[in-house]
Amino acid sequence: MNVVVCVKQIPDPAAPGALDPETKTLVRQGKLILDDSDAYGVEMGLQLAEQAGGGEVTLVSMAPNNETSGLRTALAMGAAKAILVSDDALRGSDALATAKVLAKAIERAAPDLVIAATESTDGYTGTTPVQVAELLGMPSVTFAKKVSLSDGTVHVERQTEAGYDEVVCPLPAVVTVTAGVVEPRYPSFKGIMAAKSKPVDQLTVSDLGIDAALVGQAGARQEVTEVADAEARSAGEVVVDEGDAHQNIIRFLEQLKLI
Amino acid sequence: MSIDKVWVLAEISGGNPVSTSLELLTKAREMGSVVEAVSWGPDVAKTVGQLGNFGVTTVYDIGDTGDALPGAPVAAAIAGLVKSGNRPDVMLIPTTYDGRDVAGRLSAMLDLPVITNVVGLEVEGDEVRSEHGLFGGAKVARARLSGERPWIFVVRAKSFAAEPSPGAAPQVTSVEVPDIGARNTAKVLARHVEEQSGPKLDEADVVVSGGRGLGGAEHYAMIEELAKLLKGAAGASRAIVDAGWVPYSHQVGQTGKTVKPTLYIACGISGATQHLVGMKGSKNIVAINKDKDAPIFSVADLGVVGDVNKVVPKLIEALKARG
Ligand SMILES: Cc1cc2nc3c(=O)[nH]c(=O)nc-3n(C[C@H](O)[C@H](O)[C@H](O)COP(=O)(O)OP(=O)(O)OC[C@H]3O[C@@H](n4cnc5c(N)ncnc54)[C@H](O)[C@@H]3O)c2cc1C
Ligand SMILES: Nc1ncnc2c1ncn2[C@@H]1O[C@H](COP(=O)(O)O)[C@@H](O)[C@H]1O
Repeated sequence: MNVVVCVKQIPDPAAPGALDPETKTLVRQGKLILDDSDAYGVEMGLQLAEQAGGGEVTLVSMAPNNETSGLRTALAMGAAKAILVSDDALRGSDALATAKVLAKAIERAAPDLVIAATESTDGYTGTTPVQVAELLGMPSVTFAKKVSLSDGTVHVERQTEAGYDEVVCPLPAVVTVTAGVVEPRYPSFKGIMAAKSKPVDQLTVSDLGIDAALVGQAGARQEVTEVADAEARSAGEVVVDEGDAHQNIIRFLEQLKLI
Repeated sequence: MSIDKVWVLAEISGGNPVSTSLELLTKAREMGSVVEAVSWGPDVAKTVGQLGNFGVTTVYDIGDTGDALPGAPVAAAIAGLVKSGNRPDVMLIPTTYDGRDVAGRLSAMLDLPVITNVVGLEVEGDEVRSEHGLFGGAKVARARLSGERPWIFVVRAKSFAAEPSPGAAPQVTSVEVPDIGARNTAKVLARHVEEQSGPKLDEADVVVSGGRGLGGAEHYAMIEELAKLLKGAAGASRAIVDAGWVPYSHQVGQTGKTVKPTLYIACGISGATQHLVGMKGSKNIVAINKDKDAPIFSVADLGVVGDVNKVVPKLIEALKARG
């Protein structure tokens, strides 16, 4: 059972706002961390490989500057190895170009199952994993809140507007998981030590046989012309409850003629 | 080259087009001169009249995809149409579970980019400018697509108002799903609908939501009670959905529902950007949080710094006393 988990390494969301004023793309320089959204996928992959009684989890990531700090976190959780694609030519890649790179890298691991998050924390296009599935010629099941495997089939409880659907799909397949699918483990000290010597295969665009003109800024067919703060609402009245603040709410409801 | 033909993915739920599709049809009429809809499922014939009422002149009917998960077969049918030479300038897709699947597949099949989380669209000359959220909605980016069409946009709910525009009955053209092999092997075995009483979350005039500050799943009952007293719907932050306190269908925010009620009451919710993006379009916002620095207060018209487990029960009592 070979599981690939796609993990995005992102700037710490606690320190956001990193947009290149020139290119208007997200700047991903400096130390990156494992996207919290992907910690769920790593845990799910580890559990499924364990349950299958063998096999391993390979991480696949595309990131600038051979960044590995986020990968080390996922390796410390228990993933066996990683494939990292890093290349200056990839700067400014849109979701489809990212998917092309990830698909080529994933092929190298010949997985039975590919796991990604439903959406990343910074870009949150939510389309990359489905694009990857199409490029790999695989079926995909998105928005999984529960995943299990039996006889070469993946069973998924998939969120819907009104509840959830039970979906089955033969392997190999791409599954995207939501937060809450499993509780990610914290890396142990032993895990953190072991992660330091786990293999990270570092590849460039040409290693993957991809034409550099089709990815990154060169291949992007969308241009971000402006980035601004979202329209702000202004704060109104604030009262500190001293036992009767509910009366303020009642008066507000009356003003709105809701009661 | 101006914008002539705009296609809208008309997703059907419960025998009717979903509201975001109707919003997109309204916007499409403003963007282009010809508005056409692409739809699938057993109920397309029933919705043709409604689609005509929103200005659609042709409905492409992909037919019943049976128990297949729709993303791949629906995208393949649309890609087939486009490759046969029927090429719209713009394709608008609602931000729904299936809509996002269709968009991702279609983009890869046509080798064309897609812009997601769109909240604004404007035609400028022969270009389209879009607005989409970044960093959980904290920032808004304006973008333009260039090159080969269709330009594909996945648009968030309630970005535009839905207005009918009665016209002649649309022509219906059936479209085949080509054989796409393994891609089309995800099957839906069963559907589970989580019962919700009262008005629907995304249509209710009042929404009362609870977050982790409630302190425990058992306290969510007072959120439901308050919602009921105000004839509203009960919502939730993702934290308590992930914790299993309430079903996912209650979630408000980036990955949940977008709500724009007359009044939104946030109880024990911190106000992370991913939550705000789903509710800050509400006309009025009341927040109850014990932390005076909680970000939710920056969007609240009335903020109460206090313990939800004290303020809400008193509020409920006072409302009941009024009868
Ligand atoms: C990719 C991605 C997508 C996401 N999508 C969504 C989404 O769709 N919807 C969503 O909601 N979140 C979403 N999130 C999660 C979001 O970032 C927050 O983690 C989440 O909204 C926090 O929920 P909360 O406010 O209930 O919990 P917390 O952030 O833990 O806040 C609890 C609040 O309760 C207050 N409190 C505690 N005790 C009391 C008390 N007794 N009385 C009053 N107040 C009290 C605290 O002061 C605190 O402000 C997403 C995150 C990511 C990364
Ligand atoms: N650069 C990347 N490297 C590895 N995985 C990625 C990358 N970009 C996206 N993904 C995967 O696709 C998911 C959805 O990303 P997005 O399309 O940005 O919302 C992420 O959570 C990852 O699992």
